[in-house]
Amino acid sequence: MTDGKPAYLLSAEEVKVYFPLRGGLLLRQTATVKAVDGVSMNIGEGETVGLVGESGCGKSTFAKAVVRLLTPNAGSIHFEGEDITHRSPRGLRPLRGDMQMVFQDPVESLNPRQSVRQIIEEPLIIHRRGKSVERRRRVDELLERVGLPRNSGEKYAFEFSGGQRQRIGIARALALNPKLIVCDEPVSALDVSVQSQIINLLLELQSEMGISYLFIAHDLAVVQHVSDRVAVMYLGKIVELADAETIYKKPRHAYTKALLSAIPEPDPTIERERILLEGDVPSPINPPAGSAFGHRISHPKYEETIGMDLSLVEIEPGHWVARDPTCLSEEDWVRVSG
Amino acid sequence: MSEAGTSETETVLEVRGLMSAFDTEQGLLRAVDRVSFSVDRGKTLGIVGESGCGKSVTAMSLIRLLPQPAGRILGGEVWFKGEDLLKVSDTRLHEVRGGEIGVIFQEPMTALNPVHRIGRQVSEVYRLHRKMSKKEAWEASIEALRRTRIPSPEVRIGDYPHQLSGGMRQRVVIAMALACRPDLLIADEPSTALDVTVQAQILDLIQRLQAEMGMAAIFITHDLGVIAENCDDVVVMYAGRVVERTSVRELFANPLHAYTRGLLDSIPRLSLPPKSRLNTIPGMVASLSELVHGCRFCQRMDREGPLLQERPPFQEVSAGHWVEACPECYGGEAHRAA
Repeated sequence: MTDGKPAYLLSAEEVKVYFPLRGGLLLRQTATVKAVDGVSMNIGEGETVGLVGESGCGKSTFAKAVVRLLTPNAGSIHFEGEDITHRSPRGLRPLRGDMQMVFQDPVESLNPRQSVRQIIEEPLIIHRRGKSVERRRRVDELLERVGLPRNSGEKYAFEFSGGQRQRIGIARALALNPKLIVCDEPVSALDVSVQSQIINLLLELQSEMGISYLFIAHDLAVVQHVSDRVAVMYLGKIVELADAETIYKKPRHAYTKALLSAIPEPDPTIERERILLEGDVPSPINPPAGSAFGHRISHPKYEETIGMDLSLVEIEPGHWVARDPTCLSEEDWVRVSG
Repeated sequence: MSEAGTSETETVLEVRGLMSAFDTEQGLLRAVDRVSFSVDRGKTLGIVGESGCGKSVTAMSLIRLLPQPAGRILGGEVWFKGEDLLKVSDTRLHEVRGGEIGVIFQEPMTALNPVHRIGRQVSEVYRLHRKMSKKEAWEASIEALRRTRIPSPEVRIGDYPHQLSGGMRQRVVIAMALACRPDLLIADEPSTALDVTVQAQILDLIQRLQAEMGMAAIFITHDLGVIAENCDDVVVMYAGRVVERTSVRELFANPLHAYTRGLLDSIPRLSLPPKSRLNTIPGMVASLSELVHGCRFCQRMDREGPLLQERPPFQEVSAGHWVEACPECYGGEAHRAA
């Protein structure tokens, strides 16, 4: 924070998003789903932060809170140094162009009744950018930039393949020159060959335009490839955060290790010891009182973690991990607790 | 199960020149174009390729389960335990399906009936194929669910499919597919819709049950990691044809067809420098109505000339390693570069 410029494009502090669960005759609130339970994260300019975890861990909910499609119940979100945690929809409007999203299923995120040109032009119209002729030129420019054929504008989304539809989604997100794009599983539905085309496109756009990404995916190899830093999320909390290389080469948290060992390795000569996790992701409705992951693996020290502060500590410069005796090696535990 | 099956390379299934097509407004479109392969007892064959390459249509043709009324099997032979399944009566086919050949589909929700309890659906298999009484079938179902490691199966058996998680549902489908101890299991993307951790559990489970029962399996997947870790032999399909067929080790060590190489090179690997450009296969699979008779991968690569006129021969280039020997895609430019 030298020349008054904020250190990060986006800072999320202790963000919590809870959903009430209603039931019974009078639809009284019967429980609370703690979808995101105290997540902090910074994203720098031109940086990609990857977010991984099993389905239901709160990745997408956190992403929606970050771009303020949801209002967090607690915590704060700063964008370019400004607090946007409680901004009204009208107050957020000028920022909408700066923060965009790309979704997993390109089919469902594109209006089937609009031509591709209308889809890409819509944000320009809403934000009153340029006259009709200028908008037309801008759409042509965007189509070309994302690698779609020139005549695509006049077609409809369903006429395209999955990969091309994702290009349409990216073109729409780029229309207003965003500073941050939240990519929610952008390549999960695509074949490897097409997946690599989309990843290359996202990487190119970043180096040309300095866009920052929050990149959510469950494919860890993809996340590692595109990210500068990676956060691992488990049941509403970040359990480990480090630069991409460190997460993959020296994971400290037992959950990160299990996730890594579950990826099928495309090399038949590697014989690996696989850590098989029993059971499913626990429900965020009644989370265990202590360490959620310690509970899943029935760790003998689980009882100790009830009531313990399991927040992140910096075990090595830039490498954060939950202070959790059930999830760290003994050596690491001594280091962070000593 | 035949007791004579002691020799190590007993072939369970042999497919010769299988051809399937769909009757559409544009005429009869051939989705599977003379595909041949075989599976030995206790072995797993992987079928890999991008979506739209005819993998699933091939698998469904084996048991004559193509979508009706459009699906047609045009020719070929499917030899299973001394019978050509394409010629047997419907009555015999019903015995084979679910009895001697078990099937697992990608999305377990579509394979389960949402309005019936799990128990009724699993026990139906025993009632139909083993002619058990209601009570016997119920008991057997509990055992089958226990084998797939569903916790407290005697309770779960009373659940409806929506009450189970995706991983648990897939276990139910596996229990049904393996209920009659089939000789062959066909698994169509059995773990694609699941989280990596659950995918690892499911694949491990299938492998273990397969070893226990000594059954053969066909795995259809687009994930080369799954192929590398779970299969013995592999068939690479492109645009309805087999372009390469060999053992898994040989395929990864010595991929010969340009398409196989393209697929292998597109995977982001942990060994690649972060944020580096990934290799891609340009373009996409041509639609069925536009496919040429000659080399279809040349068509995708926009190569011109006589290669597109005649179908390249399928040759055994070294022991057990077969490749579609198009002069460009095998031994051509892709090869010279290596």
